[in-house]
Amino acid sequence: MRLGEAPRGFVGTIVALHPASAGPTSHELEQYLLEMGFTEGARVEILHQGAIKRDPIAVRVDNITIAVRRREAMAVLVK
Amino acid sequence: MTVSDVTGERFNLALVGVPNSGKTSLFNALTGSRQKVANYAGVTVERKSGGFVTPAGRQVTLLDLPGTYSLRGRSPDEIITRDVVLGKRAGETPPDLVLCIADATNLRLTLRLILELKRTGRPLLMVLNMFDIAQRRGITIDVDAMSAALGIPVITSVAVKKGGADALRRRTDEFAAAMPAPVAQPEWTPTGIADLKSYQREADRIIRATVTMPAKPDTLTTRVDAVVLHPVWGLAILAGLLFVMFQAVFSWAQPLMELLSDAFGVLGTLVAQLLPEGIVQSFLQNGVIAGVGSVVVFLPQIVIIFLFILLLEDFGYMARAAFLMDRIMGGAGLHGRAFIPLLSSFACAIPGIMATRVIDNRRDRLTTILIAPLMTCSARIPVYTLIISAFIPATDVWGWINLQGLVMFGLYVTGIVSALLVSFVIKFFMLRDYQPAPFMLELPDYKLPRLKSIAIGVSTRAKMFLQRAGTTILSMMILIWFLASFPQPPAGATGPAIDYSIASIIGKALEPLFAPLGFNWQIVVALIPGMAAREVAVGALGTVYAIEGGKEAADAIGQALASKWSLATALSFLAWYVFAPQCASTLAVIRRETGGTRWMVITFVYMFALAYLASMIVYGMARAAGLG
Repeated sequence: MRLGEAPRGFVGTIVALHPASAGPTSHELEQYLLEMGFTEGARVEILHQGAIKRDPIAVRVDNITIAVRRREAMAVLVK
Repeated sequence: MTVSDVTGERFNLALVGVPNSGKTSLFNALTGSRQKVANYAGVTVERKSGGFVTPAGRQVTLLDLPGTYSLRGRSPDEIITRDVVLGKRAGETPPDLVLCIADATNLRLTLRLILELKRTGRPLLMVLNMFDIAQRRGITIDVDAMSAALGIPVITSVAVKKGGADALRRRTDEFAAAMPAPVAQPEWTPTGIADLKSYQREADRIIRATVTMPAKPDTLTTRVDAVVLHPVWGLAILAGLLFVMFQAVFSWAQPLMELLSDAFGVLGTLVAQLLPEGIVQSFLQNGVIAGVGSVVVFLPQIVIIFLFILLLEDFGYMARAAFLMDRIMGGAGLHGRAFIPLLSSFACAIPGIMATRVIDNRRDRLTTILIAPLMTCSARIPVYTLIISAFIPATDVWGWINLQGLVMFGLYVTGIVSALLVSFVIKFFMLRDYQPAPFMLELPDYKLPRLKSIAIGVSTRAKMFLQRAGTTILSMMILIWFLASFPQPPAGATGPAIDYSIASIIGKALEPLFAPLGFNWQIVVALIPGMAAREVAVGALGTVYAIEGGKEAADAIGQALASKWSLATALSFLAWYVFAPQCASTLAVIRRETGGTRWMVITFVYMFALAYLASMIVYGMARAAGLG
């Protein structure tokens, strides 16, 4: 499933990045996500979410917390 | 190596690290330089350099580079970091040694950055910062093994402790003495996705081999965030914090302000008694003391607002505020990252506009720059305070809320709402070919603010304010006093002296233009020097009314205004100050940051138009309500 669709409290592992599903500027987005630590095999947990449309989300990636919009989190495939 | 070799050449160090790794604190500890330390991703946007001398007498130049996660160079500040490290930045000596600062509690992204930096061929030294916090949390790091795995020297440091800085200075000597001869730099190419992935795998492998994490991770930040980032409570807390901040600016500062005001009053009376009546006495009493004094009085309020902003930054709350506001601001076409520059603009639009460098998308950045001056900066506080305390009664609403504070809060809200509306209009009518830029932001662990760093930050701001009072404001005061005093009235004149002055001629000539706003000619005169800086208007009004009304009026500008203006005029004047582009420095910064006069002119024109319209509407409505 995609991280962008996961509910609060979700705990899982990153399987792959699939940026094409988050929009046309995919190459740049993939690079950005990698730089923030969204790499294959990293443990993720959705800790918090915003008030409007449950967006953005605060994701624990290994041992740091990253705020990211659900739109961009769509590019992260998790299980 | 001989001593002359040691002292002959300057040794250049550059500090590189991910945001929040403690670079700026280390920089302060090494150089003793006075500057801002914060706990928010991307606050270091200016070039900061300092120097120190090593125990062996080596002169070292230290450059604090903006925090970055990679050498990608996405935003203007990240480009600076990349270009300096690569030695491509014109006018910048390439560093002899790059200090890679790592937060020992949070190594994953830093190690990847170091692997990326290694490819540039620059000599590297890794500094494990916040080592004490890591140890307290039960994190153990095999420093020697990490050094061997990375192939670079690694030292530990506690940036904010003096001992850590001394050790680092000593080590700098050792490294400089053992420095390999510079090798030809290999041609650097941007890191691709495959490389990024392999660097991260390597970094994770090194961490597994050298770092032992405690069985139970630190959950305090997560527990605090459960409330602070809660969809409902989080927003309530944010609103509450802002509300307390504005109440504090009004209520807590009052006793100190009265003290300062009394001191200047005494000083003015003293001058009046010591000097014979005439031009010199009038210049000192009405021009210098009353003018500058009326602005310096606001120092306590400036200190309080900066204290709040710096405290929130150091706690690590600012990134949370951006998280909470991203979606709300997104509706108005703003990026979540714009929140910090906009919040800084409450102190002053100039650092706010410079802080927009952390926004990588050009359209997002331009929108933020255009609306930043609408945030209520501290220079508006003197103007608002003066008018509010003269016209709004200090009664309590619902028993505990000060009505004056409430009006102040309302003015701040008006600024914010207008900024959002302007941004919305920009989104709709200009710069339309735009795709929402990604929003990704690290939420750092909460840290207790360091009192010393807060004290340095607040005192720097206070000094800047006083310097302005001593230069810009003083010179404007002298100008307005001159305009209001010359030419002197002819012998046997009956009216107030100011009626014969240049100020009166200018004011009366422009008065028809501002009549629809309810502004009299005295206000028009005060607005002209007020173009240089907003707070000048307070002193200028003081000078104009003092010279008009004689010595007694100088003590209490507020009382003079209350007796001479209608409430409608006062409200219209407040509305004017919410919008008017009355700050030459802000306009200059906009020109510099947008790279041309075009956006500066647009900002000036739209703000002027809004100010005129808003004042006209407020004046009209107030008169219709019978307040004229």
